[in-house]
Amino acid sequence: MAGKSAAKKKFNLVKSLHNQFTKDDLLEKYQTMITLRRFQEKVGSLYQQGYMGGFCHLYIGQEAVVTGAKAASQEGDDFITTYRCHAHAAISGIPMEEILGELMGRSTGISKGKGGSMHMFDPKKHFWGGHGIVGGNVPLATGMAFAAKYREEDRVTLCFFGDGAADSGAMFESFNMAALWKLPALYIIENNHFSMGTSRERHSAGEFYKRGEPFGIPGKQVDGMDFFAVYEAVTEACEYIRSGKGPMLLEMDTYRYKGHSMSDPAKYRKREDVDGIKGERDPIMQLGKALMDNYKVKEDQLKDMDKKAKEEVKKAVDVALDAPKADMTGLYTDIMQSNNE
Amino acid sequence: MKMIKQTYRDALRDGMSEEMRRDNEVFLMGEEVAEYQGAYKCSAGMLDEFGPKRVIDSPITELGFTGLGVGAAFMGMRPIIEYMSWSFALLSSDQIINSAAKTYYMSGGKVGCPIVFRGINGLGKMVAAQHSHDYTNMYANCPGLKVVCPVTPADAKGLIKASVRDNAPVLVMENERLYGMEGDVPEGDDVLVEIGKARLVKEGGDITLIGYSMSVLECEKAAEKLAKEGIDAEVIDLRSIRPLDKASIVKSVQKTNRAIVVEEGYSFAGIAAEIMAVISDEVFDALDAPVERMSLKDIPIPYADHLEQASIVQAEDIVRKAISICKR
Repeated sequence: MAGKSAAKKKFNLVKSLHNQFTKDDLLEKYQTMITLRRFQEKVGSLYQQGYMGGFCHLYIGQEAVVTGAKAASQEGDDFITTYRCHAHAAISGIPMEEILGELMGRSTGISKGKGGSMHMFDPKKHFWGGHGIVGGNVPLATGMAFAAKYREEDRVTLCFFGDGAADSGAMFESFNMAALWKLPALYIIENNHFSMGTSRERHSAGEFYKRGEPFGIPGKQVDGMDFFAVYEAVTEACEYIRSGKGPMLLEMDTYRYKGHSMSDPAKYRKREDVDGIKGERDPIMQLGKALMDNYKVKEDQLKDMDKKAKEEVKKAVDVALDAPKADMTGLYTDIMQSNNE
Repeated sequence: MKMIKQTYRDALRDGMSEEMRRDNEVFLMGEEVAEYQGAYKCSAGMLDEFGPKRVIDSPITELGFTGLGVGAAFMGMRPIIEYMSWSFALLSSDQIINSAAKTYYMSGGKVGCPIVFRGINGLGKMVAAQHSHDYTNMYANCPGLKVVCPVTPADAKGLIKASVRDNAPVLVMENERLYGMEGDVPEGDDVLVEIGKARLVKEGGDITLIGYSMSVLECEKAAEKLAKEGIDAEVIDLRSIRPLDKASIVKSVQKTNRAIVVEEGYSFAGIAAEIMAVISDEVFDALDAPVERMSLKDIPIPYADHLEQASIVQAEDIVRKAISICKR
């Protein structure tokens, strides 16, 4: 997506979306994205300070994907994702302090300290996790879409997974059933170019967005670093799905700035590669530029929003740190749902 | 209670059908369950009654359709997922263990999974190793799952109904050789068999024979033969492996002071080992002889009839073992 024509195309897209976004709308999206960024940075530093353990997968760099998808989906649509789930949880409405509480094993944790970084859920907010097995959430999403269709409910399941999961048999088996039974599922491959430490070129043959083709599932490659591109693609896909035509597939071309997890120094790629993408394609920078170029927003205002993001994150951290450790009585609860619940 | 004579297969079908009439959120999915009427005809007539929306032929992709069922159960539906065999269901074990069993706990009780997984388990007849394996211990090992093994048609119906209504994921381990067997089944839409309760098959005072699934039938045969030898054996059908009815085991061993556990599967890290541990922990002082176990031979099960027969525990083997224990 480099060069003059791409830049022009992008400008036209922003213009065409003018009608859909007021300046305030877009400022809100900017606030969301910068807050997600500062939130994830803080999680990284708290991890390094020893406030949490285990695996921790950060979302830094990929913020436009969830922000655009959330903006384009309707109230009542369902989100389900992998272990890289903090941003999906937050954008679904789970308060940051409850996510942080979970990460730090506190009583206020969204999963009572029993799930941790990779397992957060809130069905009331239509967020269904938080799943740790690569590819495992794709059949689950297909079942959620099955339930929606069975019950004749107008809801789309948005299923997020990475380029690594896009190699899995679970995904292909799901595509087959979703296409066969025309299920209202939107499969979103967040192609961040690494299946843990194995680069896209080394782990996967062919194109991701074409993976649904044998099943008749239309696919599209999207600039996942551009809020507007994500928004437009998800909007169109959801329209297609809501019309009853069956599932769709979107490949979001995105990038993660940090390692696969906190234990990964990411030595399999060059620092310049990461810096290049940060400098040219950063999703927050791009939305900021659109706001300044097309909506007459001043840089100072963006800086104020960044400040506000940091304050919000700090507040959430303070609340999380104030909470007691998760209660020991929870050890033996929630193992199996009883028949009285 | 009014009884009707039914095969295990028909009892199972009636149990599922009654639950589907009772609750629109119940559906049946699996390979050949609809148009073919079930690979073993356990869903005969169900497509006609409930239509293709609720009785659904799946592709031969156990991982995919199991995950689909679990996802639908997360949303509150009550799927019945049928496997042509629990051997094939190994492909779906990720979704059964990682998703169905663990999500309720990992979500702090926010996401439940009221689902039934069922199909044939253990040995068939001359189908070789890949179709002859008891997976009961593997799944019973996992917190978050219930595992039941009905032997009689009445229990097949009562337990499938209880499983569908249960809020936890339940695995129903059936056996191909049971499907054609007839028995008395109580009539009535609300006759359930409580999950977690063993069945006292035959009372006796000299030794307790504990089995589950097909091995219960061998224990029953053995008890008849033992009676002729002057040994009065008690027979217990565990019915449910998890939760396990420890009280029934303890009560019986307290009375008989001797026990043999007969299992469908292999001995290593198996069900019998667990039952022996329960007896050792809770009723050791009552024992007049060490508890013995009888299991499959520790080999992949062979095809040829005589080789296969030599691999499994037969009633005669139980009789010999019981005599040696009682006359020790």
